[in-house]
Amino acid sequence: MAELAVTDPPSSATLKDLFIQFFIIGAISFGGGIVAYERILLVEKRKWLTADEFMAFLAISQTMPGLNSVNLAVLAGDLLRGKLGALIAVLGLIIPGSIFVLALGLLYSDNSDHPLANLILMGVAASACGLLAAITYRIGDDNWKHLKSVAIIVITFCLMSIVKLSLPVVLLIMAPIAIYLYRPGTSL
Amino acid sequence: MSHLPSLFLTFSLLSLLAVGGGTAVLPEMQTLLSQNFAISHTQFVHIYSIGQIAPGPNMLMVLVIGFQVAGALGAAVVLFSFFLPSSILCLYAGRLWERFGESPWRRSVQDALEPISIGLMASGVYAVAKASIVNPITLVLALITLFLILKTKINPVFVILGSGLVGVIALKYL
Repeated sequence: MAELAVTDPPSSATLKDLFIQFFIIGAISFGGGIVAYERILLVEKRKWLTADEFMAFLAISQTMPGLNSVNLAVLAGDLLRGKLGALIAVLGLIIPGSIFVLALGLLYSDNSDHPLANLILMGVAASACGLLAAITYRIGDDNWKHLKSVAIIVITFCLMSIVKLSLPVVLLIMAPIAIYLYRPGTSL
Repeated sequence: MSHLPSLFLTFSLLSLLAVGGGTAVLPEMQTLLSQNFAISHTQFVHIYSIGQIAPGPNMLMVLVIGFQVAGALGAAVVLFSFFLPSSILCLYAGRLWERFGESPWRRSVQDALEPISIGLMASGVYAVAKASIVNPITLVLALITLFLILKTKINPVFVILGSGLVGVIALKYL
């Protein structure tokens, strides 16, 4: 029976708890790193998932379109409480930030031609750009070390930013090529 | 009102294209928004950076875009269309995944999509950089941020807010 323990009955997860726990993550995750908070919740704090299950969910989240943190909430919510659980988890995750961002957005639309607001935003935007570059570099991780992945990164970038093809076209060109290059039995 | 169907279609499309997370669709989003809703690149980058200060998933700023285009209803439509399609897809992919188990192709697809999404993210950096790095001071602020994020464990929100503050002083008095 031991090997069946993978599907640990997640009966302990009530919809209310699911909502509250994801709401907390959605409210405190200033500066990103939500996936890490989700791992702490799901694997350590509530033990709703095993570490292995979490890694599998993370892989699906990264492969499928959509935000990784939201996809993870979908998968965990669905495992614990079905479709409704998925919905509740996602709502909990995005409600706090949505309110926050809309409040800031209102401030922005009221002051967008205020000269001081523009100067602040200039600094904020430059910094957001640096942050994005850092995150991209870090997520790239091992991909920067192999000729094959670097080639795919560079070609994708060129098709998108230099040739200026639209995103669906870029994906239609690059996905089959990349999947062929990484077909089973090939090395990184 | 007439903007709502168009908002819905635009963000549903972006939702399904967001392979590797939201950053990958930034350039496409920027293009679509300037074509369909006359949102300038500067406005876009401002809204994007506002979103980086907020907690939660890093693309919630799309709500502000919806709000700018069509008010509260616009924000609701964007919320719905940006998060629902990809979430439904992911839900069923998760269930299928369980069924197919350990096919070697699973690993292949995942390995293949990774460098593509990093390339797309790099395009996202480029798109944001073109609109946000407009003079030597902004370039320095971006580079300092890059350095701080990569080399220290400081929370990015503090760096961004600090940069806004330093930016005001530097841009005003230098």
